[in-house]
Amino acid sequence: MSEESRRLEQDLEQDLHTTHQRLNMGPSHPATHGTVKFLIELDGETIVDLDVQVGYLHRGFEKECESGTWYQAIPYTDRLNYNSAILANVGFCLSVEKLLELETPERCQWLRVLAGELSRVGDHLTRCGATCLELQAMTPFLYAIEARELIWDLLELLCGARVTSNYVRIGGVKHGLPAGFDVLFRENLVRIRTLLRDFDKVVTRNRIFVDRLKGTGVISRDECVGYAVTGPLLRAAGVPLDVRKSEPYLTYAELDFDIPIGSVGDNYDRYLVCLEEIQQSLRIVEQCLKQLERLGDGPVNVMDPRVRWPAKGRVFNRMEEMIQHFKSVTEGPRVPVGEAYFAIESANGELGFYLVSDGSEIPVKVRCRPPSFLNLQPLRAMVRGGLLADLIPTFDLINMVGGECDR
Amino acid sequence: MSMALRRLRSVLPDAVLSQHEQHADATVVVARERLREVLCFLREDRDLDFDMLSDLTAVDHAQRRDGDRSPRFEVVYHLYSIRQNQRVRVKVGVDLGDCEVDSVVAIWPAANWLEREVFDLYGIRFANHPDLRRILLYEEFDGHPLRKDYPKTRRQPRVGPLN
Repeated sequence: MSEESRRLEQDLEQDLHTTHQRLNMGPSHPATHGTVKFLIELDGETIVDLDVQVGYLHRGFEKECESGTWYQAIPYTDRLNYNSAILANVGFCLSVEKLLELETPERCQWLRVLAGELSRVGDHLTRCGATCLELQAMTPFLYAIEARELIWDLLELLCGARVTSNYVRIGGVKHGLPAGFDVLFRENLVRIRTLLRDFDKVVTRNRIFVDRLKGTGVISRDECVGYAVTGPLLRAAGVPLDVRKSEPYLTYAELDFDIPIGSVGDNYDRYLVCLEEIQQSLRIVEQCLKQLERLGDGPVNVMDPRVRWPAKGRVFNRMEEMIQHFKSVTEGPRVPVGEAYFAIESANGELGFYLVSDGSEIPVKVRCRPPSFLNLQPLRAMVRGGLLADLIPTFDLINMVGGECDR
Repeated sequence: MSMALRRLRSVLPDAVLSQHEQHADATVVVARERLREVLCFLREDRDLDFDMLSDLTAVDHAQRRDGDRSPRFEVVYHLYSIRQNQRVRVKVGVDLGDCEVDSVVAIWPAANWLEREVFDLYGIRFANHPDLRRILLYEEFDGHPLRKDYPKTRRQPRVGPLN
């Protein structure tokens, strides 16, 4: 470079006076799949500061739960993380059962694991597919969504609904596996595996995708722990923490599955962890079906008059059962005085319910520990100093779900 | 008895007001003015090492039937130690007249949004919080909806864009 051109370049740099610019992004932005608003301070394309504003989907979940019976809270839990509703059902019911000191029958536990893992697959497929979509890759999104549809077909057969499933009951589940479930599962599984293979081929080593994900949105292991980040994000940062392994609930202790972890804690690691977790969850579902076949017919509800409704035939023909049914429907169980916290591993991380009861039929407190909310908090630390474009994959792979984050 | 309760009893005996282990959840109620000290100890102690603030919330006991005279609100901290795979629940009572506890954002950054949420929905203030403003509701919102005396049916006017 000649002396002249060097001088010119220096002049150019000096004269480039830039000011910081404020940018509002959201609350409904086409490149985010979640209702959230970012107030971004930009220097050119670099993010100097970021304020994440949540609450656009606040419906007063806790307030509603504190004004109905314990049963009436279950449909609200469906609407927390609507990608994996059953996991929230399971978490809430396990917490109530902890207060009631109930142990559900083995068959019910396998059914809950099965339904929960199917939900987890659906959730991870949404996360990975939507990330591709928002990075302008339409085709892999369609692969992921077709696979999710096949999962939802199974859930529809199981409980009649695709999204807000409302399958789990306090002390049990609605019913056992319907006829033809395992046949449909085997059929769909072949197709899902093919779709996952195609998805993997198109995306995982795609140059554009790797460039956008590798080294972006990095957060260290210690920061993750400080911010109480859990789930795939924490595991991508190298911490092998999964409630299913650390504090096994239901039948997870008897299942054979692995916990994938990352090493760098960037977006690419998060993507790889989620993709592997889909495979592991499908493995779990296969094992559950084997166990359910072994168990054959058996009760799926605990035989405890506090939570179990009497059989319909008896309700219509006998006085005592009719009265009990009436009381069960209008009041529901009276939960003993006390408090309990129970955590499960949802698709986004530790989903906990902290319940307080004063012994009546209406809860004093139903607290949902929302993994989305806590996982979203360090977004500022993840993207500060990075490019505006890196915000998109980082936010996508956090998988903030408005229903659960804002409650 | 859980290790956390044992250690707390031996190191900071006068900070602990009561404790129980209902449903195997180790729970300790501490004096409000000693809260920060207790939580710091639980975080820093090498044997305990509660490095994750799993959850932070509050409970409003306004409708308590038994007529006991304990404080109206309880702020509840759920701590988790990854290394020990242990949990502990720390509770502190707060009264309506003096609705403030110390912030723990300096110990666990996760407390930032959690404390904002408790402030938003219960109106409990956190001293020395770096940025205490509403988080789920909007600034013009009147009252704190998770308090038991806030009627569920109350409606508030819609607000337009702020700027």
